[in-house]
This record gives sequence, structure tokens and C-alpha cells, in this order.
Amino acid sequence: MAELSNQLMALTVLAYLAAMVCYAGEYAFGKRSHVGRAAARQLVGAGAPVDEQVPVVAAGEKIGRGEWSGRIAAVLNVIALALHFGTLVTRGIAADRMPWGNMYEYILSATFVGSAVWVGVLLRRPILRHLGLFSSLALVVLLGAAALVAYTPVGPLVPALHSYWFIVHVSTVIISSGIFLIGAVPALMFLIKNGYDEGRRTFPYTLGKRVPTPAVVLERLTFRLHAFAFPLFTFGALIAGPLWAEASWGRYWGWDPKEVWAFISWIVYAAYLHARATPSVKRTVATWIALLGFVTMLMNLFGVNLFFEGLHSYANAG
Amino acid sequence: MTILDERPETAEVPPPRRVNPLWALLRNSWRQLTSMRTALVLLFLLAVAAIPGSYFPQTSVNREKVSQYYTAHPQLAPWVDRLGGFDVFASAWFAAIYLLLFTSLIGCVLPRLRDHARALRSVPPEAPKRLERLPQHAPARPGPQPPAEVANGLARTLRGKLFRTRVRELPGGRFSVAAEKGYLKETGNLLFHFALLAVLIGVGFGHWYGWHGNRILVAGEDQGFCNSITQYDDSALGPRVTAADLPKFCLRMTDFEATYQSTGQPKSFLANVEVKEGSGEYRKANFTVNDPLRLHHANVHLIGQGYALELRYTDRYGASQTKVVPFLPTDGMQTSEGVAQFPDVNIDPNTNQRDDRLQVGFEGVYLPTGGDDGSAVSKFPAENNPMLYLAAYRGNLGLDVGKAGSVYALNRGQISNGELKKISGDRPQALKPGQSWTLDDGTKLEFVGTRKYATLSIRYDPTQSLMLVGAVLGLIGLMLSLFGHRRRIWFVVSPANDQEAGGSVVEAGGLPRTDYPGFAAEFAALTGHAEEGKP
Ligand code: HEM
Repeated sequence: MAELSNQLMALTVLAYLAAMVCYAGEYAFGKRSHVGRAAARQLVGAGAPVDEQVPVVAAGEKIGRGEWSGRIAAVLNVIALALHFGTLVTRGIAADRMPWGNMYEYILSATFVGSAVWVGVLLRRPILRHLGLFSSLALVVLLGAAALVAYTPVGPLVPALHSYWFIVHVSTVIISSGIFLIGAVPALMFLIKNGYDEGRRTFPYTLGKRVPTPAVVLERLTFRLHAFAFPLFTFGALIAGPLWAEASWGRYWGWDPKEVWAFISWIVYAAYLHARATPSVKRTVATWIALLGFVTMLMNLFGVNLFFEGLHSYANAG
Repeated sequence: MTILDERPETAEVPPPRRVNPLWALLRNSWRQLTSMRTALVLLFLLAVAAIPGSYFPQTSVNREKVSQYYTAHPQLAPWVDRLGGFDVFASAWFAAIYLLLFTSLIGCVLPRLRDHARALRSVPPEAPKRLERLPQHAPARPGPQPPAEVANGLARTLRGKLFRTRVRELPGGRFSVAAEKGYLKETGNLLFHFALLAVLIGVGFGHWYGWHGNRILVAGEDQGFCNSITQYDDSALGPRVTAADLPKFCLRMTDFEATYQSTGQPKSFLANVEVKEGSGEYRKANFTVNDPLRLHHANVHLIGQGYALELRYTDRYGASQTKVVPFLPTDGMQTSEGVAQFPDVNIDPNTNQRDDRLQVGFEGVYLPTGGDDGSAVSKFPAENNPMLYLAAYRGNLGLDVGKAGSVYALNRGQISNGELKKISGDRPQALKPGQSWTLDDGTKLEFVGTRKYATLSIRYDPTQSLMLVGAVLGLIGLMLSLFGHRRRIWFVVSPANDQEAGGSVVEAGGLPRTDYPGFAAEFAALTGHAEEGKP
């Protein structure tokens, strides 16, 4: 089973990679066409009904290469997600427990959540499909890093992890981290698109040329993903975590490096929500704060596990 | 997200009245401090200030790591210490930031609480003159019923949907129905911020009135202890706790069960104990990792385990002493290091004088499962092939100098200045349980056997449960705040132009007061509903 899980993992990365290539194809061949303008018309405006249709390709009109590439990419993305799921399940069966007992499994699970949220967004708002390039890029990089620096053979849990809080705390933190991670994709795209719309024509902003989704929509998606993940993270990291720590170590909060970084992420995301609620702070500034939050999450996923030694034994890299 | 509701950042300065400049300065500073921008900056500062707390070892987390840091960076460490780097979360500058933040928070939420209390008592405002200017608008539609009846029907529907609703009669036989909903958003937001305050206060009180201590508890009735500050290897009482406040209880461990995977990874631990609270009787209890022993005003947590060695030394005069000394594990396989010190031995029964040159100490490594290769690392954490390797020292142990030395290592100073000499050979002596070792002066050390010990952390934090309640309320508030939406809807019902028929015309408008993508759908449903109400 463990072997199978490892093979599925390799296939998962390959599938995301393939999806990424096809998304890139859509990016390259797609025309900055009526799609964008139609979408803009439909989606702009606070409180306006958001039409969730893909602009229909008029009958008889040829489906372009970009469109095909994008459709294939979406299919590949769903396949990759299924493989990803398979990797987790086989891993869990091999270890006979929830597959999140060490850093490798933790990243595997968090990226799975991120990917699932992305596919969910994709199904509800097919118009956002082109963002897939960036989400699959992020997934390939994160999964690759997990396999290279954090791979741990299947093993049982240390006694400290024998607790139902293990399931509650780790699952909620994984889900919220996954959503935060994927939330960085529309955040980044918003900054690029917005910069392009404001007339910037230097490198990262030129990518905005082919982004059909209007900046406001990207911004709102960013907010909704973060607003959804924030209470979940609050519960997982700042309520369930301390509850477990109290039962296990006797203190609910001890400023162990992992706790410090969870605190930092929480504060940064709170700052993002504040900034977005403050009219005198520009939306671009707020979105930068969200990206900063993403960096702190990465720090907690990789940095803390690799650089600091703490009590969180499941955080040990293999 | 409130966009239209935002309090002005800095209120207009009132027209030139003669104000005391000091007062003006204070007032402006206060306004600055309680602005959202300042809150943002302070939040950032707090996040940045926490970073050193993960980079430098923290005294509160791991005292030993701090000592290691001192050894590794002898120049830098004192500076880090002076700047509070080893105690970031108790440092003055960290406190300054969060106290400012919380002052800002109080200054921010109190006026909002007042405004919100007012808003809760207010009635939904009059419909704007031109409903078609609103983000949502349903153009006038005729119906057969008279305006008053239609208006009341609409109001009933809206109240049923928990809108706060007000029907007003307008000139010309017209009626307006004004409705507002979503006050819970602000209520939740205030609840969340007050919960933050409550949690901070809880942390403070917990720190003042709490205490904790760590202790190694070796199995055996002779090794039990009763709760008192002197019984702890290391402990801390909150500023408002005195040694006399500690709850009375006694604890002794009957045995400790540990099971392992074949790889040596621990599978389970269980400490079986007898506990006596107050003046009661001893009763049996057990606890394990993640499942502490909860006593009245004290919780006993299992945070580690290891082996204690029972060693008997028989001196030149035939007197013997037995010591049970915990050895500290240095790896996952329970390779353990420790010492046994016998300062009060070789006392001449004739003179009753202790000879400082004849004290004895042993230092060594214990392997629960030793290999046949003679290597000094254990192969497995359970005792499959117990093996003890010891070196013997004689001389002045240096225990009386008044300096607290480690109980897990011999005094290095005494060894280097020659007062304490190694009397065994270069190779340590190997001993199995039950074996004895005769030293050069004919004295004898017997390795009687081992016992398990548990490392306990015993703690009490009086505000813990209250803080949990605060945190949960805060979370509820947060969700209400994030997912709630404030919105207003108006209907204007006018008599139909065709007076004979006695019908009416209904026009509707809606205003989302926060960014609320679902509002259009809700508005459509409500206005659709209004139509259905008509026969
Ligand atoms: C202790 C630090 C603080 C934290 C962790 C915090 C956290 C949050 C969070 C997560 C939100 C988002 C809820 C929402 O958007 O509905 C929020 C909203 C808000 N906070 Fe704070 N806050 C803090 C301090 C402050 C301070 C000092 C102020 C006053 C200056 C303040 C004023 C507000 C306001 C006005 C909102 C409402 C934004 C809106 O209109 O939705 N907060 N806060």
C-alpha cells in the first residue's frame, strides 16, 4: 500500500504538471477576446447578480486552440485531484490512521484541500479557468517540495498523537491552510490584472493581458476564500490546538515555534480582513497583506519544520 | 464588509474654539490611536515582534536550549538576553505593542458599542425619494388590492423573515414599508473584539494566579511525594500565589507501562498511581499522554519517562547505602545518562568524621537493550538486555559548596582541579542487574536493578475554562461578523391610477450595506414573493 501511495504521488505530480502545461497553452493561444469583455460586463458591480455562465461560444463558431487546451487542462486537473485523493487514501490505509501524522502527509493533505477548493471554484465559475495555471503551478511546487525535502516512510503515530484532538485540530488546520494557500492564487492574479489595467506594462503585469476575469471579481474571490478560511483557522489553530496542548503538555499555549508562526499567520490574516474593511486602505494594499499571510503559512509549513525544533513531533521532516 | 457604515477616520476638528493645546494633543493622539490604520500598524508590529520568539530559544519553552545558545554564541547571547530575546513574549517591548493594540481596541469598540446600541433601537429609515437609483430596483407593478392592505401584507412577510420593519403612511394615500436586516453582523463583530479583550485578561489572570512544577516520579512507594514547592525539580508560582496556596495531595506511582513498536517507536504509555487528596485516603488512578490526571486545582500531565537505577554502595567500613537515581534519556531508544553520588560514605565509625577525599561518585550510561558489540547506544527502548557502563570517581564531589549543581553530571570543576579523581580504568565497567563491582579500595557497588520513572508536569491555571468560553464566543462572533450582511429594502405602495378599481402599484428598492453578492437573489425572491401575495 505504501508503495502504491508513492507511485500515485508521482502520478499526481505528473498530472498536475500536465494540467499546468495545458493551462499554459490556453494562456498562450487564448485570445484576449470577447470573453473578457463579456465577463466584465456580467460581473462588475457590487451586489449585482453574478452570472455563473461561461460565455457561450456562438453556434458554428470554431472553438479555438486555446479553448481546447483549457478544457483539456480542466479535465487533467480533475484527474490529478482524483490521483491526489488516491495518494492520501492509500497512505492512510498503509499507516492505518488518518494520513496526517508527519510533515510529508500534512503537506499532502493541505495541498489536497487547496486543490479540491480550486476544482470547486472551477465548477462553479468556469470563467476563472485560466487561474488554473497558477494553482497547478503552486501545487506542483508544493508537492514536489514535499516529496523532496519532507518524504517520510509510513509509520505509526507517537503516543502524543493518540488523541481525538489530533483529528479535530490537524484536520481543521489542514483544511484552512489549504484554502489560504489556494486563496493566494486569485490574490496574485488580482494584483497582476489590476496593475495591467492601471497601465503597467512591465513583466509580471504583462501576464494580466491574457487574464479575462475582471480585477474586482478576482479580488472578491480572494476575500471570500480568506473569509472562509479565517474562522476555520481560528478554530483549528487557536481553539482546538490549545485544547489539545492543554491535555497533552499541560499548557494551552507555550510559544513553541509552530505556535508562534500560527499566531503570526493569524495576526497577518486578521490584518488583511481589517485592511479590506478600511476604506482608506487600497484593495491592492490589502491583497498584498493576504500574500504576506501566504508567506507566513509557507514558513509554518516548511520553514519551522526544517529550521526550528519544537514539541510538534508530527512536524518533523523525515 | 462595512463600506458605507465606516466611522470617519478622523472627525472634523470643530470650529475654532479656544482649546487647551495639551488637551488637543491628547485628543488627537487618542483619535490616532483608535483609528483603524493604527490598529493595522499595531497588528503588523505584533506579528513582526513575534518572529524573534521563534528564532531564539525561549526560556519558557526550553531552558536547556538557552544554555546551549550561550555556549555556542558567548558574545552575542548576553545581548540577546538584554534585549529580551530569550523571553520575547514576556518582554517589555512585546507587552508595549499588545497593550497599545488593546488600548486601541477598547477605544475603538466602546464607541461602536454605543453606536450599535443606538442602531438597535432605531427604526429603519424612510424610503429614499427615487428608488430606481438604488443598486436593486423592482419597477412599479400593479395589483388589485388597496395600498394599506398590500403594505401590511408586505410588512408581515418581511417580519416573518426577521427584517426589522416599519410601515409609514405617506401623503396621497401612499404607504412605504422600510425594512432592515443584518444587525447581527455588527453584534458579532463587537462580540469578537470583546472576546479578544476577555481572552487577554484571562491570560493575565492565569499568569498571576496559576502555578506549575515539573518533577520526576520514580515507581515505588518509597519514592512518592506530596505537593509542596520543595518537591519540584523546577517550578514557578504566579505572582499572586504563595507556597501555602498549593493544594494538598500526595502521589506515588505503582508502575509504569510502556509499549513499543518493533522499530522502537513508542506505542503507548500508562502511569498507574495512587493518589491522596487533602486528608482523604489513597485511591488508584492512572493517566497517560493526552489524558492527564485531573485533581482538585491541579492537573498532572505525563510528559516523559525513563529509567531510574537502584545502586547500592558498600564502603570501607561495611556500611551500605542505596540510591535510586533517574537517568536521563538522550535518544529515542532510551540510551540514558546519569550519576550516582555518595557524599556521606567512608565515615570512620570511631571518629564519626567524614573524609572529603573519600566521597564516591559514579557516572555512566544505561542501555535498556545493549548490543553485544559493546557500543554505548541502546538498540531498543524496553529492557531486553539491560546494560550499565560506569566510571567511578573518588575525592571531593564538590556538592557542599552551595552552588546548585546538576544531579545528572559530576562536578566538572572538581575533576579538572584534581580534587575528584577517576579511579576506574579507561574503559567503563559493564554491569548487569544483580552484578557487583569491587573498586580498588575494596569497596563495592551493586547494580540492584532498575525502576521506571515518569516525568510529570503539574499545573494549575484558574482561568483556562473561562478563556475557552471566551474563545468560543469570539469565534461565533467572528463568523456572524464575516458572514452576516446588513441590507435595507423599501417598498412604496401607491394607489393605482385607475381609482375605480381600487388597486395599487408597488415599487421596490434594495440597498446592500455591505459587500453582499447574494443580495440580488434575495431581493428578487422578496419582490417575487410580494407579487405572489396578490391574488
Ligand atoms: C487585537 C487585535 C485585533 C484583531 C485580532 C482583530 C480582528 C478582526 C477581524 C478578524 C475582523 C474581521 C471581521 C469582519 O471583517 O467582519 C475585524 C473587524 C474589525 N475590527 Fe478588528 N481586530 C483587532 C483589533 C481592532 C482594533 C484595535 C480596532 C479599532 C481600531 C478594530 C476595529 C475593527 C473594525 C471596525 C472591524 C469591522 C470591519 C468591518 O466593517 O467589517 N479591531 N477585526
